[in-house]
Amino acid sequence: MPKSKSAYSVAGKKGKLDTHIIVVWVDNEAGVLARVVGLFSGRGYNIESLAVAEVDSKLNISRVTIVTTGTPEVIDQIKLQLKKLVPVHKVASFKRDDKKVIFKEMALFKFVTNNKKLKIAINACKKFNPVILDETNKSCVLQVTALRREIDKMSTSLKKYGLISISRTGAVAMTRGSEVFK
Amino acid sequence: MSKLYTGAEIVFKCLQDQDVDFIFGYPGGAVLPIYDELKNFNSIKHILVRHEQGAGHAAEGYARSSGKPGIVLVTSGPGATNAVTALTDAYMDSIPLVCISGQVPTHLIGTDAFQECDTTGITRPCTKHNWLVKDIKDLQKTIHKAFEVATTGRPGPVLVDIPKDIQFQKIKYAPFKKSKNTNGKSYSYFNQSEIDKLVDLMSKSKKPIFYTGGGVINSGPKASELLKELVRLTGFPITSTLQGLGCYPGDDEQFLGMLGMHGTYEANNAMHDCDLMINIGARFDDRITGKLDEFSPNSKKVHIDIDPSSINKNVKVDLPLVGDVKLVLTSIIKTIKKKKPNFVKSNNHNTSKWWEKINKWRQKKSLNYINSDSSIKPQYAIERLYELTKNKDTYITTEVGQHQMWAAQHYKFDKPNRWMTSGGLGTMGYGLPAAVGVQIAHPNKLVIDIAGEASVLMTMQEMSTAVQYGLPIKIFILNNEYMGMVRQWQELLHDKNYSESYTAALPDFVKLAEAYGCVGIRARTPDELDDKIIEMLNTDRPVIFDCLVDKQENCFPMIPSGKPHNQMILGPEDEKDNKITGKGKALV
Repeated sequence: MPKSKSAYSVAGKKGKLDTHIIVVWVDNEAGVLARVVGLFSGRGYNIESLAVAEVDSKLNISRVTIVTTGTPEVIDQIKLQLKKLVPVHKVASFKRDDKKVIFKEMALFKFVTNNKKLKIAINACKKFNPVILDETNKSCVLQVTALRREIDKMSTSLKKYGLISISRTGAVAMTRGSEVFK
Repeated sequence: MSKLYTGAEIVFKCLQDQDVDFIFGYPGGAVLPIYDELKNFNSIKHILVRHEQGAGHAAEGYARSSGKPGIVLVTSGPGATNAVTALTDAYMDSIPLVCISGQVPTHLIGTDAFQECDTTGITRPCTKHNWLVKDIKDLQKTIHKAFEVATTGRPGPVLVDIPKDIQFQKIKYAPFKKSKNTNGKSYSYFNQSEIDKLVDLMSKSKKPIFYTGGGVINSGPKASELLKELVRLTGFPITSTLQGLGCYPGDDEQFLGMLGMHGTYEANNAMHDCDLMINIGARFDDRITGKLDEFSPNSKKVHIDIDPSSINKNVKVDLPLVGDVKLVLTSIIKTIKKKKPNFVKSNNHNTSKWWEKINKWRQKKSLNYINSDSSIKPQYAIERLYELTKNKDTYITTEVGQHQMWAAQHYKFDKPNRWMTSGGLGTMGYGLPAAVGVQIAHPNKLVIDIAGEASVLMTMQEMSTAVQYGLPIKIFILNNEYMGMVRQWQELLHDKNYSESYTAALPDFVKLAEAYGCVGIRARTPDELDDKIIEMLNTDRPVIFDCLVDKQENCFPMIPSGKPHNQMILGPEDEKDNKITGKGKALV
């Protein structure tokens, strides 16, 4: 046993970490995002990415999608703590590899390079629904939607084709089929 | 056309509708319009404290002893930041507070105006919820909502920040109907099949124990009555956390005393060896569990709590019951009476060996200490205080440290709401202002703050409040000139390097009492202690009692860090027997 000079107990074994996507429906009011994010930072939980916007302007509801990592116990605790917040209506969560849920991120790539390399770059993005938003003869802004790791991969592999700036969103999620989040 | 009221009037009309009798507060620029209205609302009395932290703790004492929410009124900036410690304290110990703070006028918010601070930002992590009221139309509904959030579910502090211009603006006041339903955040999820399961576990258990906490007290006096009934009905042993003391009579045969770091030998060993642990309104705090991996390894664990996030937070449980303690206990008792009318009889046989074991642990008499003729032992002082006040329905508050643990060990409570101590946050300076609040709620009762000389100096200024309102609180200081718990840890963990734990220049507490306009009494020897305590009890004014105690005394028994419940250090006698020296000490 490690020697402890403290009146606190020593840390136990760390469990296996999983990536989860947590979806939270909140009242769209001042400070609500700070409450959600503050809960994560205050209790030492991770935020890998965050996406938030109003989804119902009549009822004033925003939908927050948070990607986080933690042991199953921590994930449960995050959900229970979120449910305690007064402006939170409901909380759903699922594992990143859940086949029943669609999970997407969007990225904007800016290339500054010659025409030839641009073509190669656009071609390389073909699988990820590329949309050319702006084009000159030496630059291009490209929109792609893909999974996080795919965007990660492209953002390194496309560097040699003149990729000079990346802007990307957090993940958003939606259930497949007729199911809805409960 | 109906009458228009200013925001400041709306505040008081809301407080009136919420049956508020007392506000603890301190005026300042940004709350002046509210203070201006005080004269027009005679049913509400304002208690002027000397520091906003004192207001918060006084409101906590008021809330804990009366079961009603405590109300705090402070100004912007420093007024609000001074209240933060008390809000955090209330948050940790689940005490309902409603704090109303003034704010600079809305057009100045964000300009670094005089006495401006981001009050809602600062208090967000230490309140259940908070609001900045930017529109007079929201004021009434916000204040009523604040009361609802503070008092329903797991109680806690809330804060309403009201800019000064909002306090001047006028609007109608709608008649208020107190809604019965909760804020939607307090759930009673449990169902009959879970209760049946629990009763089944109880009837099969050979080594059961009840482990009860502050949740029983927060559920109201009825919950304590039901708990008593259930414990008697089952014949099971019961132990309590620091916060739960009083929910079950402390001098009862089935009560094993407090558990945890400074709990009794029998309570901690019973927790470790039990086969069924029924947690009622406690939260598996780290001062309770000791080493988590070895916490009660062979027991089925049942957890009754109103807060779903308390379940499985620190300890994985086998059967969670989410709901108000009062309701859950009612169902359990009903089910036992219906299904197992002879529970005690059939169960006595089941648990007789368990009680034998417990009684063996009890014989260790882990709270014993070596008394002295020449110096007052702190434990002896508390024992005498208990003996001389136990028939008076006494309310006890404490500060934080050794004296707090000795009070918890040696003062026996037989009713809920009589014991006010800062457990979660461990706030030195809590007890004196809390005693002020308790005495406000119970003007004719005996209120004693069992204090340490270091703690009490942190909020000593509130003696002035006690004198102003003629509150005969008794500040019983166990004076050992050290921050005793710090000194104890330094002795046990840091090779007796007493770094900065000795207070070299203490005030003369008797003269200090006189300076405040109250009474000072000093006890130096065990012989005179009783007479001096009686003198204190016969004084109908606030008293500072300077009890000079042994300076080296340590608080035992103790679970050393990183150890499970069954490896406690007992008192100095045990130390001699087991020779916990050198290498062993480093493990403490």
